[in-house]
Amino acid sequence: MTVLLAIGTQKGLFLASSDDERRAWHVGPAQFPGTAVYTIGVDTRGPRPRLLAAVDSSHFGPSVAVSDDLGVTWREPESAPIAFPQDAGAAIERVWQLVPGPAAEPGVIYAGSQPSALFRSTDGGRSFELVRGLWDHPHRTEWGAGFGGQAIHTILPHPDDPSRLLVAMSTGGVYRSGDGGATWSPANRGIKAYFFPDPWPEFGQCVHRVARDAGDPDRLYAQNHHGVYRSSDGGDSWQSIADTLPSDFGFPIVAHPSRPGTIWNFPLIADSERHPTELRCRVYRSTDAGDKWEPQHEGLPDGPYYPVVLRDAMCTDNHDRAGVYFGTRAGEVFASNDEGESWTTVAAHLPDVLSVRAVPV
Amino acid sequence: MPVLLVPGVLRAEAGGASRLEIAAAGTLGAVLAEVGERWPMLARRIRDEQGVVRRYVNVFVDGEKAGVETPVGAGSEIQVLPSVAGGCV
Repeated sequence: MTVLLAIGTQKGLFLASSDDERRAWHVGPAQFPGTAVYTIGVDTRGPRPRLLAAVDSSHFGPSVAVSDDLGVTWREPESAPIAFPQDAGAAIERVWQLVPGPAAEPGVIYAGSQPSALFRSTDGGRSFELVRGLWDHPHRTEWGAGFGGQAIHTILPHPDDPSRLLVAMSTGGVYRSGDGGATWSPANRGIKAYFFPDPWPEFGQCVHRVARDAGDPDRLYAQNHHGVYRSSDGGDSWQSIADTLPSDFGFPIVAHPSRPGTIWNFPLIADSERHPTELRCRVYRSTDAGDKWEPQHEGLPDGPYYPVVLRDAMCTDNHDRAGVYFGTRAGEVFASNDEGESWTTVAAHLPDVLSVRAVPV
Repeated sequence: MPVLLVPGVLRAEAGGASRLEIAAAGTLGAVLAEVGERWPMLARRIRDEQGVVRRYVNVFVDGEKAGVETPVGAGSEIQVLPSVAGGCV
């Protein structure tokens, strides 16, 4: 079995491959050179994996390219695959997320954009339509923008129920739909927004990423702008799981693909000091749904370490022995084939890593 | 007939052409609307879905920086150039 690791960077997409062991990696040349690749979607529901790349030229705007041959060739539709309708009065600035729908909806792909909007494709990602229920939400005009922009960066379709969907955005928070996207409600109870006079608002929280547990679809994990949380009721309420972490600030959080309760993140010192805690390159793992965390660093760089890991730049694969991957803004990419116990370097000296996705093929 | 000069970086979007003969005249807006009809991928590199020319794309008519209201004559030459700003560091 080969494992493909797609690495989206500030200046192109790199495709790395390895054998089943995932120790030695071959990294191909930049595709879409000079173009930022903010996120990558991998749809494994069809006969062949489909790759979707959110390409973003600072001159010529955003688009989505699709490959059905593992990145050998890419195609784009003539018309913009993701675009606001005229009456929305907005234009796509960037695509932040591309996520396949549940197994029961094989053609469905969701996209999250900047400005904050959700789009839905029913043709495998060739064309998308605005999800009006969220765009027309009365809260939308009050959603803020994080430093990276105002965007939907997390999309979690429910694995068993196509009508249930969760999205998250910075300085907007978590929203859920139980009717296929027609209506939406905020789901932020228990998530602190320390930057507001009332730190417990209905919405406006700066959620950085949400992950869904492998065993229980109602168990969710959120890395917040200060705060790491768990929900055991599908987002009705959230409880802190940051007590044994060295810091509650960071960007990514990912869940094990098959083992319930196992999650990883990459803590940073603080909002005001965005470097790894103790200036060490260390991933933190919990195997009990966040009650207790432990550092993992064997094989990672020693010594003072300053780069950060962005929210889309950490992932797992769905290999029988789950792999974990992350990339940094210093252009390094690391992989573990033993659930974080040890790490190897996949690549170094790449442009800033914005996104990683791994898939056995 | 106005001619639109396609920069090298966008020629793939115009079927490889470096010059496009445009039937429409009158204003740059009319020219860009025709580009949208005939070469939609090229058009979306130049303007967003609301019709706004992208921030780091410049359009010139007969050598002068132009907007959608700029007059375009039958013999006009329209240049699309990526701005010196933009790109990534």
